[in-house]
Amino acid sequence: MTARERLSRIVVRRELLVGMVRNELKIKYKNSVLGFAWSLLNPLLYLVVFYVAFTIILGSSIPSFPIWLLSGLLVWNLFSTGLGAATGSVVANSGLVKKVSFPREILPLASVGSMLVHFFLQSLVLFTVLAAVRWHVAWAYIPLIPLALVALLLVTSALGILLSAVNVYLRDTSHFLELALLAWFWITPVVYPFQLVGIRGGWSTKLWLTNPVTPIVVVFQRAIYAKLTNPHPKGGGPPIQLLPHWPYWGFLAYLGWSFAFGLVVLTLAVRVFGRSEANFAEEL
Amino acid sequence: MAAAIEVRSVSKQFKLYHEHYTSLKERVVHYGRIPYEPFMALTEIDFDVEAGSTVGILGHNGCGKSTLLKCIAGILQPTRGEIVTRGRVAALLELGAGFNHELTGRENVFMNASILGLSKKDTALIFDEIVAFSELDKFIDMQVRHYSSGMYVRLGFAVAVNVEPDILLVDEVLAVGDEAFQRKCIERVKKFQQEGRTILFVTHAADLVRRICDRAVVLDHGKMVIDAKPGEAVRVFRESLHGGELNESDEPEEEAPLAEVEASRPEGTHRVRITNVAIDHPGLRLNRNWLLPDEAMTIRVAYHASERTDDLLFGIAFHDENGNHLFGTNTAVLGLDVPPADGDGEMSFEFHRVPLLDGTYLVTLAIQSSDEGTVYDWREQQASFEVMNPTRTSGLVSFPIDVHFGRPSIGMDLVEGTGA
Repeated sequence: MTARERLSRIVVRRELLVGMVRNELKIKYKNSVLGFAWSLLNPLLYLVVFYVAFTIILGSSIPSFPIWLLSGLLVWNLFSTGLGAATGSVVANSGLVKKVSFPREILPLASVGSMLVHFFLQSLVLFTVLAAVRWHVAWAYIPLIPLALVALLLVTSALGILLSAVNVYLRDTSHFLELALLAWFWITPVVYPFQLVGIRGGWSTKLWLTNPVTPIVVVFQRAIYAKLTNPHPKGGGPPIQLLPHWPYWGFLAYLGWSFAFGLVVLTLAVRVFGRSEANFAEEL
Repeated sequence: MAAAIEVRSVSKQFKLYHEHYTSLKERVVHYGRIPYEPFMALTEIDFDVEAGSTVGILGHNGCGKSTLLKCIAGILQPTRGEIVTRGRVAALLELGAGFNHELTGRENVFMNASILGLSKKDTALIFDEIVAFSELDKFIDMQVRHYSSGMYVRLGFAVAVNVEPDILLVDEVLAVGDEAFQRKCIERVKKFQQEGRTILFVTHAADLVRRICDRAVVLDHGKMVIDAKPGEAVRVFRESLHGGELNESDEPEEEAPLAEVEASRPEGTHRVRITNVAIDHPGLRLNRNWLLPDEAMTIRVAYHASERTDDLLFGIAFHDENGNHLFGTNTAVLGLDVPPADGDGEMSFEFHRVPLLDGTYLVTLAIQSSDEGTVYDWREQQASFEVMNPTRTSGLVSFPIDVHFGRPSIGMDLVEGTGA
């Protein structure tokens, strides 16, 4: 089966995908009192911790830090939890894989899907904060958000499908991934401004720029946080650059890199997955 | 009509690892020299299943039949060869496979149907039917983890048969559940057949194959032994079963469920000795070494008396393979005079009709004094014969039967209220 056939097979079975996402959420919250509130606690806790660490202790120069943080953290959370859940998905559902036949790619996709639902719930936290402080978002850039979200799902799903297959053969993949995500978080401009690194030269910056999550985070920050500079940093001094002063198409083009990365990895992932799928039932 | 399932020279090799390395560290440390034994679970299997037919896969445990079914279901990929299926396939590999313990019966029905390729809308339409079939209406909104294994089985089967697959693959599941549910399943399978759907099922219950299959494939150690009508297939299956048993234990004494026979029975004085036994039946002239039910059979016994013996009887007994004593008699019981034996002689037991259905039957022969006090010779299971039942009638005994229809003549005692 070609990669295209495999993908169209998933599209045909989209109802199964939706059903699996629903069940995953149901199971997750069936026995918990707080239910969906749990998924809101995570960003709130992050918010408190980073606010204390960066604004109070380190004296960060990003004004309205919670809004800055949330607009990037939502993206990062979807990416990291989605990828983590997807990686373990085939092994976690070994009972199903060994006994029933269906396009197995649906398993990692369902994991990403259920994290997408959490993403929307966590967005409520952000919306509430925005409404409470009457924040001015950059309306012109809001249309880029759905596009960035699609890019994010593409990148997460592509890596998720790839790693879920690898994880069947190398069970410590999920442990490696946890470490990798820890490092990955800090090479993504979620808590620090893009311009802190982006304006430097050299090959290390170029490498940093290739992080496929960065364009997505930056687009979210550009549209929601909307401030490009901090003109009056605490304690005086020159204005501090936060986000790149690119025109609209500059952000679009940078987002294109995420799409390109996602598509290439997806093609590779579907191929690897398709080839190793034959032995899933034996390896599990 | 096109075949619903085409199995083209399918082989499946498993790697039996002595140790299974699943982490990166282990894989790196042991790279390229992970010891394994290749194990051929299936070798060059080749057959078709016509659309609308019911085919059984017969074989003893470990012969590869479940592996074959998994390959057809698309869960395992054959190492070599190709499998084509046409239409929606529903596989019942393990009861309630794919059920999630945390979800309710209702949620699992929708999930399971969805995995089998049914839309939510279509599932809603057949949902009541599924619940009715499974007889779980009271428990359908309960988490499946609280279900008993019987309830699990019923729900699993109910979903699989009600999603109206074109091809139903069944693995041994008909053997589970209580008798009433089993009967219901078989009825459902029959209805399936009438609707022209294709069924492939794996079993080692020869009887079931005879009852519902059009054809059967017999597997033995991963090889296809035969693809034939149920009667013939069942016979070959039984033969392969024997071969397998003998390979496993070289001492045939060990497989003696025939313990009912007094073990201390003396071998005999050998004053009169059985020198040869031959079984003759019409099949032999047609080059088949088995009988059909109700065929005639003659058992010839050659003997040698070392000295003239006047007082003797000849006995014969049949046992089936489970050690059930089916028949036993001797010339004294039959009130027959036996001519004195001196030197070589021959006698024969002539059966006009052997009213047996399927099976291998063991023949025990004896020569004793007429009061059974002295055993001259006793040959436990000296010979065996085999009966192959080409019909769909099941059981051990071939009862002669005629069927008539007419007006009631025996009252209506079974109707409630009219009986005593």
